[in-house]
Amino acid sequence: MDVKSLTLTGAGELLARGDCTSVELVTAVADAIRRTDAAIGAYLTVDEESALSQARAADEARAAGRMGRLLGLPVAVKDVLNVRGQPCTCASRILQGYLSPYDATAVARLRAEGAVMLGRTNMDEFAMGSSTENSAFHPTRNPHAADHVAGGSSGGSAAAVAAGEALAAIGTDTGGSIRQPASFCGCVGLKPSYGRVSRYGLTAFASSLDQIGPMTRSVRDAALLLEVMAGRDPMDSTAVDAAVPPYAARLREDLRGVRLGRPREYFVDGMSAEVAAAVDAATRRCRDLGAEIVEVSLPHTEYAVAAYYIIATAEASANLARFDGVRYGFRAAGATDPIDMYGKTRAQGFGAEVKRRIILGTYVLSSGYYDAYYLSAQKMRTLIRRDFDAAFERCDALLTPVTPTTAFRLGEKTSDPLAMYLGDIFTVTANLAGICGLSVPCGADAGGLPIGLQILGPAFGEEVVLSVGHAFERSRA
Amino acid sequence: MTTEKRDSSDIDVAYVAHLARLHLTADERECFQAQLEQIVHYVRKIGEADLRGVEPTAHVVPIRNIFREDESREGLDRDEVLANAPSVILEQFQVPRIVE
Repeated sequence: MDVKSLTLTGAGELLARGDCTSVELVTAVADAIRRTDAAIGAYLTVDEESALSQARAADEARAAGRMGRLLGLPVAVKDVLNVRGQPCTCASRILQGYLSPYDATAVARLRAEGAVMLGRTNMDEFAMGSSTENSAFHPTRNPHAADHVAGGSSGGSAAAVAAGEALAAIGTDTGGSIRQPASFCGCVGLKPSYGRVSRYGLTAFASSLDQIGPMTRSVRDAALLLEVMAGRDPMDSTAVDAAVPPYAARLREDLRGVRLGRPREYFVDGMSAEVAAAVDAATRRCRDLGAEIVEVSLPHTEYAVAAYYIIATAEASANLARFDGVRYGFRAAGATDPIDMYGKTRAQGFGAEVKRRIILGTYVLSSGYYDAYYLSAQKMRTLIRRDFDAAFERCDALLTPVTPTTAFRLGEKTSDPLAMYLGDIFTVTANLAGICGLSVPCGADAGGLPIGLQILGPAFGEEVVLSVGHAFERSRA
Repeated sequence: MTTEKRDSSDIDVAYVAHLARLHLTADERECFQAQLEQIVHYVRKIGEADLRGVEPTAHVVPIRNIFREDESREGLDRDEVLANAPSVILEQFQVPRIVE
C-alpha cells in the first residue's frame, strides 16, 4: 500500500469503504518510516507496537459500528506535547527519560475521534529555532534536498508529512514554527488564532504566543484536524469559548466576493526573487478564482522581529525556570546545594540556543531594563495588532510569502543566531497579533525547494483562511 | 562576574546567567557575550519607534478565570509522577540539603 501521497481524508475514505484496515495503514506508514527516516531524521521515537494495538482497537470499533472522525488514522505528534505513556523530551537532554503521565487536551481530542498516536517528531529544543538543528538528538533533513534544513521548530512534523512518513502531524507555532517548516518542506501548515486550541499539555515556550496546529498534505486535512482539536477547555483559561465551525464542510472552491490584501511591507529588498515571483503568481491565481486584490500596509512590520524576540524570550526565561532537576528529567551529579544543582543541571541539560534565549529573556526583564525592552515590546505589540485591525477592515485575508528565502543549507546559520532570527520576519507578526495563518505550497525554486504562500486571517477567521487555501490548492491540482 | 567595565546598557552575560541559575563555561561566556551583544543591539531598534501613549499588550485575548464546582477529583497518579523524578525519598522529591 502506497502512503506517500495519501491524505488523511483519503485514508479515511479507504477505511470507511473497507478497502483497507487501520492495521494495514499503520503498518504501511511504519514501513515507510523504516525505509526513509534514517536519511531524514523526522522522528525521535516511533512506538509501532502501541500504534498497532491502537489500530487493532480502531478496526474492532469500526466492526462494532462505532464512528469517529479520525477512526484508525495515524497522526504524528511533535515531541513538545504530552501523550500519556510516551516520552516528551522537547528534543532536550533535560527531559530525557520523562514519560508523560497525562494527555494534552489536543491529543485527548484526537484520540477521542479514534486517531492512532504513531510517534513523536523531532524539533528544535523547546521549540526554539527555525531549522531543527537545535535538537539535542539529531537534525532533521529536508526531504527535497538532504543538505538543506527542514525548517523549524516543527521540522520533524513537516519532514515526516513531506517524506511520506506520516499522513499528518501536529506541530506548534510560537513565531512561525508550523508555517515556516511547512513552507520549506512543501506541506500545508496552519497556525490557529491564539485561543483557538487549548494549550493544556503543551510544554510552554512563550505562553502568550504558543498555538498548536495541524501539518498536512491538504488544506482539507488541516481543516479536519483543527475542528477536532479546537474549542474551549476548562484546563486552559486562554482557550476561547467560541463555537467551532465544521471547517472541512465549509471549504469553498471559488473566491468570488473575497477581498485579499497584499501588504507592501512583506515584499522587501533582499528577499528571494523566486519567492516573490511565486507569491505574485499565486496572488494572480486567486484573482482568477474571483478574489479582489487590494494593496494594504502594515507599517510596523520592521519592528516585529525585535518585539518578538524580546517577548518570546522573556516568557521563555520564566517558563523554563521549571527545569531545575527536582521534579522530572535530568539532574546533574555532584551538586553541593540546591542552587549549585540548578546551575549545573541547567548547564548540562540545555543546549546553546535555549541558554541564549534564557539569558536574553532574563536580561530584558531584569531591573533597570524592563521598560526599555519588555514594556516597549508590549507597546509595539499593540501597534502591530492595530496594523492588522486596519488591514482587515479593507480585506478578508492577506497573501504574503512565508519566508524571505527557501530552505537554507544545514549549518549555514548555526553560528549566527541573529541571521536565523531575521528569517522569521513574515511569520512572527501573526503570533504577536494573535491572528491565524496558513502556509500552502505555491511553487518551487530552481533547485526544487518548495515555496510557501502565507494566508493570514483575522483572529478566529480560520474559515476564510482555509477556504482561500483550499481554493488555491484545488486550482493547482 | 566580569570585572571589565561596560556601558550600562550592555548585557553582562555572566551576571545575567547567574540570575537565571545557569552555569556557563568560559567558552560559552565569551561566545554568548558576542552573540547577545549583537542581538541586544538589534532589538534596541524598538526604542526608535514612537510609543508615547500606547497601551501595552500582554495578551491578545481577554482572560477570565475558569471556575468549577469545589468538588474533589482524581489528580495524577503519585507513583507515575514520582517515577519521573531524578531522586525520591519517602514518596517525596529529594534535593540536596538546604539548611545546615
